[in-house]
Order: sequence, then C-alpha cells, then structure tokens
Amino acid sequence: MMPRAKLMQQKRDAAAELLSARPLPEGGVWARAARKAAVERLQAMGLPSKRDEYWRYTDPRRLTAADVENADQVDTSDEVPIFEAFDRVKLVFVDGVFDAQASDAPELAGVEICTLAEAARADLHWARDAFGVLEARGQDPVPRPLASLNTAYATEGLLIRVTGKAEKPISLIYRRSAANADAMTHHVIRLEPGAELTLLEDGPVAARYNQVTEIDLAETAVLNHVRAQGRDHARAGATHLFARLGAQAQFKSFTLSANGALTRNEGVIWLDGAEGSAHIAGATVGDGAFHHDDTVFINHAAPRCESRQVFKKVLRHGAVGVFQGKILVDQVAQLTDGYQISQSLLLDEDAQFLAKPELEIYADDVKCSHGSTSGEIDQNQLFYLRARGVSESDAKMLLVLAFLAEALEEIADPDLAEDLRSRLEAWLKRRA
Amino acid sequence: MAALDTTQMREGVDRETVETVRSMAGSYKHGWETEIEMEFAPKGLNEDIVRLISEKNGEPEWLLEWRLDAYRRWLTMESPDWAMLDIPMIDYQEQYYYAKPKSMVDKPKSLDEVDPKLLETYAKLGIPLKEQAILAGVEGAGEERKVAVDAVFDSVSVGTTFKKELEAAGVIFCSISEAVQDHPELVKKYLGSVVPQNDNYFAALNSAVFSDGSFVYIPAGVKCPMELSTYFRINAENTGQFERTLIVAEKGSHVSYLEGCTAPKRDTNQLHAAVVEIVVLEDAEVKYSTVQNWFPGDEDGKGGIYNFVTKRADCREARAKVMWTQVETGSAITWKYPSCILRGDDSQGEFYSIAIANNWQQADTGTKMVHLGKNTRSRIVSKGISAGHAQNTYRGLVSMHPKARDSRNYTQCDSLLIGDKCGAHTVPYIEVRNASSRVEHEATTSKVDDDQLFYCRSRGMDEEEAVALVVNGFCKEVLQELPMEFAMEAQALVAISLEGSVG
Repeated sequence: MMPRAKLMQQKRDAAAELLSARPLPEGGVWARAARKAAVERLQAMGLPSKRDEYWRYTDPRRLTAADVENADQVDTSDEVPIFEAFDRVKLVFVDGVFDAQASDAPELAGVEICTLAEAARADLHWARDAFGVLEARGQDPVPRPLASLNTAYATEGLLIRVTGKAEKPISLIYRRSAANADAMTHHVIRLEPGAELTLLEDGPVAARYNQVTEIDLAETAVLNHVRAQGRDHARAGATHLFARLGAQAQFKSFTLSANGALTRNEGVIWLDGAEGSAHIAGATVGDGAFHHDDTVFINHAAPRCESRQVFKKVLRHGAVGVFQGKILVDQVAQLTDGYQISQSLLLDEDAQFLAKPELEIYADDVKCSHGSTSGEIDQNQLFYLRARGVSESDAKMLLVLAFLAEALEEIADPDLAEDLRSRLEAWLKRRA
Repeated sequence: MAALDTTQMREGVDRETVETVRSMAGSYKHGWETEIEMEFAPKGLNEDIVRLISEKNGEPEWLLEWRLDAYRRWLTMESPDWAMLDIPMIDYQEQYYYAKPKSMVDKPKSLDEVDPKLLETYAKLGIPLKEQAILAGVEGAGEERKVAVDAVFDSVSVGTTFKKELEAAGVIFCSISEAVQDHPELVKKYLGSVVPQNDNYFAALNSAVFSDGSFVYIPAGVKCPMELSTYFRINAENTGQFERTLIVAEKGSHVSYLEGCTAPKRDTNQLHAAVVEIVVLEDAEVKYSTVQNWFPGDEDGKGGIYNFVTKRADCREARAKVMWTQVETGSAITWKYPSCILRGDDSQGEFYSIAIANNWQQADTGTKMVHLGKNTRSRIVSKGISAGHAQNTYRGLVSMHPKARDSRNYTQCDSLLIGDKCGAHTVPYIEVRNASSRVEHEATTSKVDDDQLFYCRSRGMDEEEAVALVVNGFCKEVLQELPMEFAMEAQALVAISLEGSVG
C-alpha cells in the first residue's frame, strides 16, 4: 500500500499540474478573492484519487482528466420535453454557457436573477457572502476538491436571490451541442426570510460537467428543488449541492437520473437553525455502462430538526449504483429526527450496489435510523400479479415503479411528481 | 469523578443517586497486580528481539524466518488511521515484547508444578486452574458441564486443563508454543493461512513477536467433549501481549471456544495486539465467544489497554459454520473486527456483539462478512452502548461477490446513548455484486427509553439499577447467544461497565 504522505503528495502534484495549465478567470474584487481562496484550498487538498476512502466506490479520474471523452447524444425529439406542461421562467444553458437568446426574460416578482459572468465583473455583489463560502465549509470533514476546482474556474452560472414567494418556478434547462464540451457552472441561490421558490433543472448539460450550487436559506424560507438528469449515455458529471438552512427553513431536493456513464451527485446540508427540515431524495434507473453515485452529508447542528434521505436505484446489465450517506448529529442537536433509506433493485446478475450509510451521533436525545437493502424483484409479488392476469413485463414494470415511488413521494408538488413518474414509465417501456 | 461533574444532571435524578454512583465508580474488579518475579526480554523491538522470542520458544528455522519476514513487512507499513479512534502515538521501542514468570523458565510438567502464585492469580479471577466441573460462580447450573482452560500470563501459557480427557477424544488443545513443538505440520499448514503476515499493521506486528496463545485442533467428525477456554492476563508493566490463537475444525467437527481477558489498573497504557485464525472445513462448526474486560482506564481516561485485534474465520468448505459472539466492555481503545470468509457453498457466519464504552473509552468494532460461495448466509447483530465521554463505533462490511449467488445477509445495529457527552456511530459498508443475493441492513440510535426507566423507577429500583436492567434488555439478543457461564458474567459486566454513567 502506498504510504499516506506519498499519496497526498501525488494528489497535490496533480492539482498543481492542473492549476498551472489554467490561468484564473478575470473578475472584480469579490470574485477574484473567492477564486484565489478556492485555489489555495485545492492546492492543500489535492485532486481526488481512487485511493481516497471518499472515492472508494467511484473512480474520479474521468472527472479530472485533461481530455474530455466524446459523448454521443441521444435524440430526444420523440419525447415531450420534461416539465413542458408547467408555467415557468426558462433559463437555458448550452454546453454550460448561458444562452440569453434561448431563455425567457429573467424577470419574476420577488426574484433577482443575474449571471455569474456579469456579477463577477463588479467589485461588490450580494453573492459574495455565499459564493465559495458554503463550498469552503463543505470541505470538512472530507475534502471535495472538485467543488473547489469549480469555484476557482466557473464563469457560468446564475445568482438568484428571492425575497418573496415566487409565483412560478425557475427552470434551468441544460442543452448540449458539442460532442466533447467540458462545462463548469456555479449557481448561488439565496432565499430571504419567508421566501419561497421552486427550482427545476433538466437536461444532459455537456459531455463532461462539474456543477456547484450553493443554497442559503434564511429562516422560514422554503425551497423545492427538482432535477432530472437526462438520457445521454456517455456523459460524465459531478454535481455538488451545498445548502445551509436557517431556523424553520425547508429544503426538498429530488433528483431523477437515467443513464450517463458516470454521475457523482453530492449533497451537503447543514441544519443550522432550530426546526429546519431537509429532504434529499433520488430515483435512479441504470442500464449498461452506467455508474451512479449519490453521496450525501447531512449535519444536524441545531435542535429539533428533521432530515430524510430516500434513495432508490434500479440497475441492470452491469450498471453500478453507489450510495454514501451520512447523518452527523452535533451535541447541541437534541431531539433530532434523522432518517435514511437506500435501496436497490438489481434486475440481473451483473448489476452492483455499493453502499456506505453512516451515522455519527453526539447527542443523546435523538431518533436516528437508517436502512439499506439490495435484492432482485420479489418473486412472491411477481407471482401475485401474474396470478391476476398481468403479463410478466407489465408486472415487472409495475413493481419497479412501485419501488421507485417512495423516492418520488419526496417531491412536494404532486403534478411535478406525476410528470417525472410518467417520464420514468416511458423510459422503462422503451427499454423493456 | 469527572464524567459526573461535567455531565448535566438529568431531571428526576436526585443528588443521592449521583453520590451512590460516584462512590461505586471505577470499580474495575480485576485491577490488582500479582507480585511475581519475571524474566523480561530487553525493551524495544528489532530483529534480535524477534530472534530471541523465537529462540525462547525453541522454534524451528521456518517459523523464525516467517517472523522476520513479518517484522520486515511491518517496518514498511503505517498504523491504520481510518477508525474513529484518537490513538496517541505509540512508542514501540518503549515496550517489552516478552515477559515470562521466572517460575516458568523450566516448564512445569503438570498443573501441580505450576507456581502457586500463578494459580492463585487465576483463582482470584474466578478461573481456577484445576479440573473442576464448571467455572466458579455458576451454581445450580443443572447438568454438569466441563470447561478446559488454557491460561496465558503475559507472554506464556501457564497451563492447560483437561488435556488427557481431550486427547482421548483426539482433540488437541494446548498453547501455540507447545503446538509448534508437538504438531509442527499442523501449525505450518495453517498458521497465517487465514490472516497473512502483512494483513494489516497490527497483524504484522503480532506475526513478528507473538509469544503464546492457544492452539485447537478438532479432528474430523469429533464433537469436542467440553467447552474450551483461554484466559489472558496481562500482569507485567510496560509489556505488550501478543497472543496468537489458531483453531482448526476438521470436517464435521464441532467446538465452542471461550476467551476472557483482564489486566491490572495502571496509569500507563499497555498494548495488546492479538491474532485469532479459525479454519472451518466441511460441515464443521465453531463458536467463538469473547468477554473482553481489559482494564479500560480510570474515570479520567488515564491508563487502560490498547486493544488492536485481528480475528478471522475462514469457512473453507461447504456448509462450514462459524459464530462470533463478543462482549466488549474493557480496553481504553478497541480496534477489532472479527470476520468471516464464507468461501464454501452454503457456509454460514454469525456475529453477535455488545460493545460498551464508558468514561473516556473508545471502541471501533464490528465485523466483515465476505460472501464468496453460493447460498452463503450471514447475520450480524450489534449493540453499542455509549456513556460518559466515550465514543463507540460499529464498523462492518458485508460483501457479496459475483459468484456468491443466492446468498443472504441480515444486519441489525442498534446504538444506545447514555448522557450527552458521548458519541455513537455506525459505519457499514455494503457491497452487493450479484442480484440473487439479498442484503438487509438496519440501524437505529436512541437514548434509554424514558418510559421504561420510569416503569422501573416506579417499582422501587434506583436509577442505576433501572438503567442496567434496560440496557441488559437492549443487549438480550446478543447475551442469549453466549454460553451460559459467559452470559452470566457478561450480564454482570454490563452493569459494572455502566457504573457512573447515570447522572
């Protein structure tokens, strides 16, 4: 085994090599300071390595390699675009670059929207207090170098500040164009006390992408986040959600993933104020050369908060599903209610499920539990349906959808949930 | 009693209870020392010490080479840092690696010749080294049960009981140093075959300097006529204990093995790095039970044993079965993961554990269930209890390899927190590489239930008794898997270990 000091040096050398090849983007005072600090963090922690405990089940090389592999695009012209039926403010990115022409006017009552490119030119901006700040906090207890890399180099993204109850969702649409685009986007979402927003995201983004979203929810703010990671087979992506919740704030985040050669979705949530609530959920359908990793860290740092993690994966033909989830309960976080479930349905012998569901608890008056299961379709359930005249393929479809339903239930808006459920059904039918 | 002074007083606990608890605290019952003349190897660790230990045991050349190889590998390795343990720097040159009572220099031929001081030591521990029917303290146990004991004192085995009766059944039960002399072919065949020399840092250290331990060989088709037991005692100061246990269960055989350990109270920490290897062949069954009660350190966290143990069972052939049961109440630091390699088809592994950490103890313990064969089964039940300023972690791996079709695992990890200064953690690894296997993992963390406490209190129990009762109930699933003598000892230990934790 490689000595620890040597591994650390290798990781730092890799970071230094990457940094020396890329000058930092230009910007105003606040953006320059944030980027410089991110570079320093990255120099200290180095690039991720397959030997890191934190990357035990996912090989990060493709996410940091100098060259981006070409990724073919799936023709989705035969299906209705996702969220089509919903009235929303559409903001479009092509290969990770904001496309004002293709977007709606970024106007919504009680919401300020500006691009990172534009804000970074100014010397002062409200985003200064969040941009790179939550990411930096998220480097403890484990380093997340890809997120620091993003803070240092991302020039695209949106800064959204919500002061009231937004009357319709903001929808970020990620389209692809080039076969080998390498996208880096960084969003900052700030909800003032009592503000409410629904944030939608969908699309394949780019051949390779690195996304960071920093979310700062003041007390009693409510953010519903629904994300659909599209159908492209060969893309590789890493996303980080960093969310800080004030007292009685509510955050719900749901991600639907289908395909993608490599996806690592990290969520880092801090319940900083009493009685906050965070629900992080995901439904994943994986087929073939597919590797999907959900890594979630929830820190209960205040009393009487609630958190739920619900992750469901259906895997076949060699697809690999990974779940690393951790609930950390600080000593002050008495009366915490923490729940975590990660389940996998393996449809054939080649599929794999690798999980590390952790609890780290320093408060005594808490209720925390986690569960993790893996197995194939229950033969008794299948028999029950077959005995009632349901065909084998329909019965399996029904059971798979029922299995994924618990994660979909975490979506606050039932219409959105139904939209995703029917989408999922269509995808599964096409494959069957 | 620092733990009590700083821990917030809970509502409903009167001062008197706290005082009673305070006066009882630190009542580790085995903290005395035997004054006996010892022969030590020079302090420190180097190739000469390894050679010396080998020479003292009169070992053949191959074993010396094996040790030296382990030592050289150890030099290139790093102490593991992944456990949730705060391990102070250990100066391996400040330890003695070999300590033997002088009276043992000329090996006694039978128990009658053993130094009475040593016999007294074990008698005082409740482990009389005479061939009595049952262990002391179990009266009215119903049918007469025999337990053969191998007693290890610092670096040497002082005696083994019931040898003749076991021999008649074909069972070999002796110290590993004797086995090297009397059954070299068996030792050579199996030593290091389950835990290789370079398996991990502490196993490599053990492979280099192990001095004694037990050897068990159960021939094909034999059901061992009595329970076998090894009792480990660390006595000498600044002396590490590095025992090595090897159990081989041939086809269709059956054995139940018990292990106990204690050490005197001291201000300084002492090192214990053991390796246990179990080979289980076709249709054989091994049950291995441990009550680990090394000195845990005082209520301020001073002293105590550093317990770094590698235990692994290899179910090499079809339908082999192994069962680990452990009650971990002692040691300042516990780093221990008794594991099962389920290689044979239809083989089975079970792990039942109670880990109690009080005051400033730290425990990072659990198991590995590695499913390689078809239709293999494993079950894990772990109960962790944290009190005082202690940190208690369950760490486990369940791995289903692609060929381990139709296998099954069930894991249940429950943690109980007593007081608001301690921590309870769960770190399971679940790796499923085939679809026909089912893996289920459940974990919960909670505090001692107020309603249950109230129920007990309203029936006249004091808080301490009530907590002990509730905790014993919490542990019941594991306690009932222990052989009876151990179950009673363990139940009492659970209560003692938690003394001073309420308040």
